[in-house]
Amino acid sequence: MRPISVTFTIGLIFGYLSLRLLLTSMFPIELVSDSVKNEKNQLHAYNIQREASQKSSSAENPPNSARILCWIMTGPRNLESRTKHVKQTWGKHCHHILYMSSVKTDFPTVELNVSEGRENLYWKTIRALQYIHQHHQDQANWFLKADDDTFVVIENLQYILSKLDPEKPLYLGRRFKPFISQGYMSGGAGYVLSKEALRRFVEGFQTGQCTHFSTIEDMALGKCMETMKVEPVDTRDVKGRQTFHAFPLDHYVIRQLPRPRPWHMIYDYYEPNEGPNCCSDFIVSFHYIYAVQQYVLEYFTYHLRPYGYSYRFWPDEIVEANNKTNKGG
Amino acid sequence: MLSEGGSFMKGMVVGGVFCLVLSLLGSFSPVTESRTDGNDHHHHHVKAASKDELQQLSDSRLQELNDQLQVYCVVMVQPKSLVYWATALDTWTKHCDKAEFYTSEASKALEAIDLNEKDDWARLRKALKHAYENAGDIRWFFVAQPNTFAIIENLKYLVLTKDPEQPFYLGKAVKSGELEYVELNSGIVLSYEALKRLVNVFQEEEKCPERGRQLWKLSDDKQLAVCLKFTGVFAENGEDVHGKGLFNSKTVDSLISESMKQNPSNVVEGCCSDLAITFSGLSANQMQVMMFGVYRLRPYGHDFHDLLTFFPPEGSDND
Repeated sequence: MRPISVTFTIGLIFGYLSLRLLLTSMFPIELVSDSVKNEKNQLHAYNIQREASQKSSSAENPPNSARILCWIMTGPRNLESRTKHVKQTWGKHCHHILYMSSVKTDFPTVELNVSEGRENLYWKTIRALQYIHQHHQDQANWFLKADDDTFVVIENLQYILSKLDPEKPLYLGRRFKPFISQGYMSGGAGYVLSKEALRRFVEGFQTGQCTHFSTIEDMALGKCMETMKVEPVDTRDVKGRQTFHAFPLDHYVIRQLPRPRPWHMIYDYYEPNEGPNCCSDFIVSFHYIYAVQQYVLEYFTYHLRPYGYSYRFWPDEIVEANNKTNKGG
Repeated sequence: MLSEGGSFMKGMVVGGVFCLVLSLLGSFSPVTESRTDGNDHHHHHVKAASKDELQQLSDSRLQELNDQLQVYCVVMVQPKSLVYWATALDTWTKHCDKAEFYTSEASKALEAIDLNEKDDWARLRKALKHAYENAGDIRWFFVAQPNTFAIIENLKYLVLTKDPEQPFYLGKAVKSGELEYVELNSGIVLSYEALKRLVNVFQEEEKCPERGRQLWKLSDDKQLAVCLKFTGVFAENGEDVHGKGLFNSKTVDSLISESMKQNPSNVVEGCCSDLAITFSGLSANQMQVMMFGVYRLRPYGHDFHDLLTFFPPEGSDND
C-alpha cells in the first residue's frame, strides 16, 4: 500500500465538496439530515415571525405606552434556580429590567451595598429605589418591583397603567389592610410606583420623613407611601376581580363551598372571591412561582389557546356601556 | 510535480464517487413528509390545515364547515373516580356539542349512561355503539377519560377540512410491535365513517371479539385498533401545521420539565403546540386551573385573527 499523500487527501475533500454542491443545485435531493435541519429552521422562522407579530401588536395597542422598568429582588443563591427563568420568560417583556443583589455579576446583577437575608429586605428595597432614582429615573415612568418567584404579565399591567397618570403619586399592587390605615401592597405579588411616587419615596428618606423602622419590606414601604401622600390604586378589573395575586392560581380559582376567609386571604383589603370569579382574565401577577411554573404560566398566557374562541370578557366594551348608561341616566 | 497533480486528481475522483454513493443512499431513507390528505390517506399523520389552506376557502364555505362541525364526547367514567368525573363535567366537556358520560356502574351522585360492565373493552364497545346510534347529525366522536383535559375548539380546528365520510382514527399514535394504535389516555378521535365500520365489525366475533381472547388480553385501546384495522382503518397521529403532536399523555408541568432539560434555551416553544388538544394525568385541581389558563388567561392586546369563531357555552362561569 502506498502511503496516502497530502495532495490525495486534499483532492478527496475537494472532490467530495464540489460534487455535493453540484448535486444539491441540480437535484434537490433531501438527505435525511438536511430535511430535519430544514424543519428546525422553519420552526425557528415561524417562531421569530410569531414573536415579531406579537411584539408589534402589543407595542401598538397600549394607548399611552406606559414604560415600565422592572426590578427583581434577588440574590446570588437564586440566580441559577429562579432568576434565570424569570429572565427567560416574562423578564423579556419589560422595557428595562434590573436584577438587584448584594453582589455584582455578569448575570447581570446590580450590587446594592446590603447583605442578603430576610432582615435586610427593606434595606435592599431602599437602596434599590435610590439606585433606580439616581441612574434610571428617565428611562421609565412606572417602576415595578417583583421577587424572583413572581410571575408578571406586563401587557396586562400596561393596560391598567394606560389609564393612569405617572406624574401623580400612585402605588399599585395586591392591597392588604393590616398595620397601615390606607393599606399597603404585598411584596411578593409585585408592586408598582409611579414616577412621582418614586420621587417622593426618595425624598422621604432624604428628609427623614421615612425611616427604616421595620424589616418587613412591603409593610414599611407602605408606611412611607402613606407618609408621603402616595395614593393606593384599586387594581381590580371592571368586574371587581383581582389582577395582582400573592399566591399561585390554584390558591384562588378552585371552587369552594362558602366558607370564612382562608388564612392566605386574611390580609386582603378588598373582599376576595373564591373560585372562577377570583381573578381577572387579564392577570397581572402570581407569587410563589418557581422554575417549571414560570414556563407553564408563560405557555398558558402567550401560547396555548382555544382556536377561534370568542372570549367572554371584553373590558373596553363594558366600560363603554357604563359610560353610555351614565351619560343617559 | 506531475505525480502530485496525479494524486490530487485521484483524490478528487474518489471524493466525488464517495459523495454520489452517500447521496444515493440518503435518498432511499424514509421521507417523513407526505403531500395531501385528500381521499387517500395511507400515511400515518394527520395535520391541521395551514392558514393559507383555510384562506383559500370561501367565507361561506368556512362558515358552513364551522357550523356543521360538531363533536360528540364519549367520556368513560367510573364511580371510584367521582372527583374526576365531576370535574370533567364542570370543565372541558361543556365545550362538546354533545357530552355523554358512560359509567361502569351507576352512581348516586351523578347521572350517566350505566353500561353495567366491568370489563374495559366490553364497556368501550357498548359506549361507542350507543354513541353511533344516538349521533343525530354529529359526525365526529371524541373518546376520553375524565382525567384528560381536552380543548374541543382545537380538535375542531384539526378536523375542520377532513371529511367525516372518510375513516379517520386519530390521536397520539403509538406502536406496539406490529400494531399501531391510538392511546386512550390522550383521547381518541373517530370520524362517523370509522365509527360506522367499527360498529359493523362488532358483529364479527372472529375479527372483533367482545370479551377479548382470555389467554392474551389486549388493553381496550389496542383492541380497538385491531378491530378497526380489519375494516381498513388505521391509527394516525394528530399534529399541528409544524408536525408537533397535539395529543399529550402527560401533564403540562411534566412536558415543560422535560423541555427544560432538552431545550433549556427555548423551553416553551420546544415543548408543546399552541393549539394542543389534550393533556392527561391531571389532578382535579389542575383541571380547574387549566380551564382558567386555556379559556381566560391571556395578555391584553393580542389578537389572533382566527378564521373560525367558536362561542362559549351557555350557563358556564369558568370559561
